[in-house]
This record gives sequence, structure tokens and C-alpha cells, in this order.
Amino acid sequence: MKISVIITLKKDVLDPQGKVIHQTLGSMGFNNINEVRQGKYFEIDIKENDKKKAEEKAEDMCKKLLANLVIEDYKIIGSQ
Amino acid sequence: MNSSVIIFPGSNCDRDMDVALKKFGFKNKMVWHNDVELPKSDLVVLPGGFSYGDYLRCGSMASKSKIMQSVINFAKSGGKVMGVCNGFQILVETGLLPGVLLRNKYLEFICKNVFVKINDKDNSYFKDIKKDTLELHIAHNEGNYFCSKEQIKEINENNQIALHYSDINGKIDEDTNPNGSIKSIAGVFNKEKNVLGMMPHPERMIDPALSGNDGSFFFENLIQNLK
Repeated sequence: MKISVIITLKKDVLDPQGKVIHQTLGSMGFNNINEVRQGKYFEIDIKENDKKKAEEKAEDMCKKLLANLVIEDYKIIGSQ
Repeated sequence: MNSSVIIFPGSNCDRDMDVALKKFGFKNKMVWHNDVELPKSDLVVLPGGFSYGDYLRCGSMASKSKIMQSVINFAKSGGKVMGVCNGFQILVETGLLPGVLLRNKYLEFICKNVFVKINDKDNSYFKDIKKDTLELHIAHNEGNYFCSKEQIKEINENNQIALHYSDINGKIDEDTNPNGSIKSIAGVFNKEKNVLGMMPHPERMIDPALSGNDGSFFFENLIQNLK
């Protein structure tokens, strides 16, 4: 089963990379942008056919390694 | 006094640390990250570098390596553990130290000498150092110390801030904050003050002919206080 996870910075954490991307997009002519926040995306292929079990495992991975919960949030966005 | 320096794949300040510790009288052993047991130590040092190429988050992979379980147990039983630069990043990833180190505010790799003000001398790392500010070297891309509002309150209340970036006279403000760290924090302790993490490299300031001498004060003092 393939689990897709995104990791994003928490709201009140400064994202200097997102800021620079925002500025660059602006200088390229992409106006009307309020904010850009950069995150991470993972695809985890788990040897597990039960969706619930696979998602539980992925969640455990997020808590223990993939995300640092001091600054990041995780979200499982798909499993197939 | 016995010390151990842990080598992770990508550590690059491990030998400098070894030289510094030996110069001031430690019997130092180098310990590979894949080892399980820690040699008998009075001090464990996690050196600077780029463990695991800074993949995922700086220090995140190294914090899960085999030897770290022994280091964590050693720290929890009161053993002295010190992390410099990448070592600091590894310590926050283990949860032994509060907070996290983000990308520098202006997205630059910073490599220069800075002054740091010693915030607290009620601990064995800084107790008898006569100077209040030290000139040390920093070289990092992710040294921007961050933690939640609740955490910073707790750190303050427990007097866990070890070092602030400052000017030569100990003045702390935005102009002397190189990387955007909250409250210009350059180093923190755990609550019990046996674990120290700091971004500046004292091991690079142990020879006046090459760089400076303020790191020497740090190591001379450390071995005295551990005895």
C-alpha cells in the first residue's frame, strides 16, 4: 500500500525559503500572491494491505522521524 | 578524565575536537556511530559536521543511530554530554534539548568569528571562566534557534540559556544576532544542565597563533570542573 504524506511548517514558524520563492515569483510577474510556504512530500510503499494499519504505521513514522513536531505538522493525504 | 567523541558519517569536526580535548588533558576515544556501547566516559561530545548530508533535517538521522541510545541513557543518568554545531542539531532531534535549529534567517551559510555572552555560570561548563564574553567561530547554515512560546518561557524560567550572540562588550541586540535565533540564543542546556548544545566551535579557538584562545578557557575550565 502506498501512503502519501505531506509535512508542512507550523503557522508561526518562519519560512525563509518560502519567502524567497514568493519574492522571486513576484519578480517573474506572478503577482497577487499572499504567501508561499514550502513543505515536504513523501511516498511510502508499505508491505501492508490493510489501509487502516498502513496509515497507522505511516503516522508513527511521521511522529518518530519524518516530522519534527516542534516546528512541523504532518498529514496523510492519500493511501492506495 | 575520559571523553568520547562520536563519529557519524559526515562528521568533520571530530578530529579537531579530539585534538582540543587531548590538549587540555582528556583521554579521548573516538566512537563509531554504529557501536552500541559507550566507553567509560566523563564527557561525551557530538562534533560538528554534516551527518548524513543533512538529509531530511539536520541531525535527524544521526539522532536515531545505534550509539545514540547509549548517549541518551548516559545523559539521562546525569552524564555530561556536549554537542557543537551539528552535534547541537543532533541533540535537539533526540529531544534531550528543547527547541530546534532552522535555516539561517537570510539563507546564507555563515562562517565567521562571533562573540558570545555567557548567560549562566552556575554549571560545570562555564563555572569558573573569568571572561563574560568569548570570541568563538561559527560555521553553519541551520543555526537559527527556534522554539514555541511556551518552551521559551520554560527555558527562561529554568535559566537554560547558555550563550547569547553579542558584541565584544556583551551587548545583545539584533545587530549581533547572525542567524535570526530567538533571543540571540547560541547555546542551551537541558533542565539539569548536564547536557549542553551550542552552535559556536570552541575547538577552533585553542591556539593563539592560528585563531584565538577563548576556546582554551572553555576546555581548561571544563576539565577542572569535571574532576
